[in-house]
Amino acid sequence: MIEAVGLTKRYGSTVAVNDLSFSVKPGRVTGFLGPNGAGKSTTMRMILGLDRPSAGKVLVDGKPYQELKYPLRHVGALVEARWVHPNRSAHAHLRWLARSNDLPRKRVDEVLGMVGLDKVAGRKAGGFSLGMSQRLGIAAALLGDPQVLLFDEPVNGLDPEGIHWIRQFMQRLAAEGRTVLVSSHLLSEMSLTAEDLVVVGRGELIAECSTEEFVNRASDSSVRVRSPQAEQLAGLLAERGLAARTADAQSLLVDGADTEQVGEIAAAGGIVLHELAAERSSLEEAFMRLTGDSVEYQTDFGQPTDTLTTAGK
Amino acid sequence: MTLLAVERIKLFSTRSPWWSMFLALALTIGFAGLMATQASANSPMGVSTTQIGYQFGLMVIMVMAALAVTTEYRFGTIRATFQAAPNRTRVLLAKTAVVAALALVIGEIAAFGSWGVSWVLAPVSDLALATAEQWRLVAGVGLVFMGAAVFSIAVGILLRQSAGAVTLLLIWSMLVEQLIRLVPTFGSDLQEWMPFTAAGRFLTGSNRFTESAPLGPWASLAYFFALAVVLLIIALVTANRRDA
Repeated sequence: MIEAVGLTKRYGSTVAVNDLSFSVKPGRVTGFLGPNGAGKSTTMRMILGLDRPSAGKVLVDGKPYQELKYPLRHVGALVEARWVHPNRSAHAHLRWLARSNDLPRKRVDEVLGMVGLDKVAGRKAGGFSLGMSQRLGIAAALLGDPQVLLFDEPVNGLDPEGIHWIRQFMQRLAAEGRTVLVSSHLLSEMSLTAEDLVVVGRGELIAECSTEEFVNRASDSSVRVRSPQAEQLAGLLAERGLAARTADAQSLLVDGADTEQVGEIAAAGGIVLHELAAERSSLEEAFMRLTGDSVEYQTDFGQPTDTLTTAGK
Repeated sequence: MTLLAVERIKLFSTRSPWWSMFLALALTIGFAGLMATQASANSPMGVSTTQIGYQFGLMVIMVMAALAVTTEYRFGTIRATFQAAPNRTRVLLAKTAVVAALALVIGEIAAFGSWGVSWVLAPVSDLALATAEQWRLVAGVGLVFMGAAVFSIAVGILLRQSAGAVTLLLIWSMLVEQLIRLVPTFGSDLQEWMPFTAAGRFLTGSNRFTESAPLGPWASLAYFFALAVVLLIIALVTANRRDA
C-alpha cells in the first residue's frame, strides 16, 4: 500500500510535482503513467526517501520510508538499473544489499536464480547488457521479499523478449498479493500490464482509475457503420441530431452514438447495413487527449488534434 | 555493526582499494629503500629519513578515500545505499570508519615497513627507536593517514565528483599549504594553522620554515583531527539536507 498526500516537489521556481495525492492498492499492477518530465521519477524517489518533498508526504505501509527499520523487506525498487558499481560482481552487489537489511546470504543466490542470472553472478556488473542489468536490478528489488514493488520505466530499452519477461514477472508479483507500481510513458505497455492507472501530467494528477475506465472516460464513443446506402443513412442520422462523417464511399463514422442507436435508426429507415461496430480510441489516444496540454516540452509537430483522436483506427 | 559490514563488503568488492593499498605501500616503502641504499658511514640515515616518503602513500590514501565516496555518487550506488539504509548519517559514518581504519592500518604498515627496509638496507645507520619522538615519528604516520582519510571522505561527500575532490585535495595539501606563506604579513603564521602542516608538525615535532610553532606535536594532531571532524560534520549535514 502506497499513499501520497499532497506530495509536492519544487526545484527553485520549477514545480516538478504539484499537490499529488493517490494511493496504490495491493494485489494488482498499478501503472504510473505520464509523458516524459511529468514527475514520475521524482515521485518514485520521494516514495523511497531519496528526495525530500517540498510539501506533503508519502507513506509506505502507513509509515514514511525513513522510518522503516528494514526498508528492503517492505519496498523493493528498480529505479535505475545502472545503480551498480561496474567493477563489482552481481553477487557482491546483492551481498552488500542483503547484509544491510540483515537478510541471509543464501537469499542472494535465490534471487539470482529467480531472475536467471545465477550463471553470471561472479561477473562484473559493468559488462552486463541492459537486459541483464535490468534483471540484476529486479533481483535487488526482490531481495527482501517485499510487499511493495516500484519499477521505474522497467521496459525502457529492452528487447521484446525482455519486455515480455518483465511484464509477466510484474503480473505474477501482483497475483501474489503484492503492491506493484510501475511507471511508464508507454501507454500501449500499460494497457497490457496495468489494471489500475495513476496518470500524471506536469506533476499533477490527471486521473486515478482502472485502465478500462480511463480509456472509456477519455475516448469518444463513435460508431463505424458501412452501408450501400450511406448517404441516406447520414441524412436519417442528421435528423436525429447525430453528426456523421464520411470515412470512405460506403462508410460513416458517427460520433457520440452507440451501436444500438445507429442500428435502430437504420432499421427504422429500412437501410441495409454491412457493418456496425463501436470504435473506441486506444489508450494512446485517450492519453494524448488528457495530457495534450500538459506535455512539458511541446512541439507543434505531432500534436494531438481532434481529427487524429476521433478518427480512430 | 551491520553498516560497517556493508561498507567493508562494498570497499573490498572492487579492485581499486586493493590497488591503492599496494601502491601506497610500494611507494612509501620503496622510497625509504631507495634512500637507504644512499646511506653510508659518512651520511647515515636517521629515523626521520626513513619516513620521508610517507607523503606518497598519503596522497594515494587520500585519493582512495575520496573515491570511496565519489564513485558511489558517480555510479548511483549511494542511492541504492540510502534506499537500503535511509539513515544517511549512520551510513556515511560507517563508511568513514571503515576507510579510516583501513588508512590507519596501511599507514602503520607503510611506516614500519619503511623503517624496517631501511634497517635492513642501511645497517650502518642507527635506526633504533629509542625516544618518544622517534616512536611518534614512525607510529604516528598511521594516525596522519587516518585523519587525512576522514578529510578526504568529507570532501568527497561535499563535492560528489571524483575529479573535483581529488584535485582539490591534492592541490590543497601539496600546493596551497606551501604557497600560503607567500601571503604578506600573516602568510607564514597562517601556514602554521593549515591542517596538513599541523599533521606534519605532529610527526616531525617542528616545522620546516619557522622555529616557533603555535602548537606542540600532540596538540597539532588534535587540531588536525578536529578540523577533519568539523569538515565531516558539515558534509553529513549537507548530505542529509540534499536529495540523494
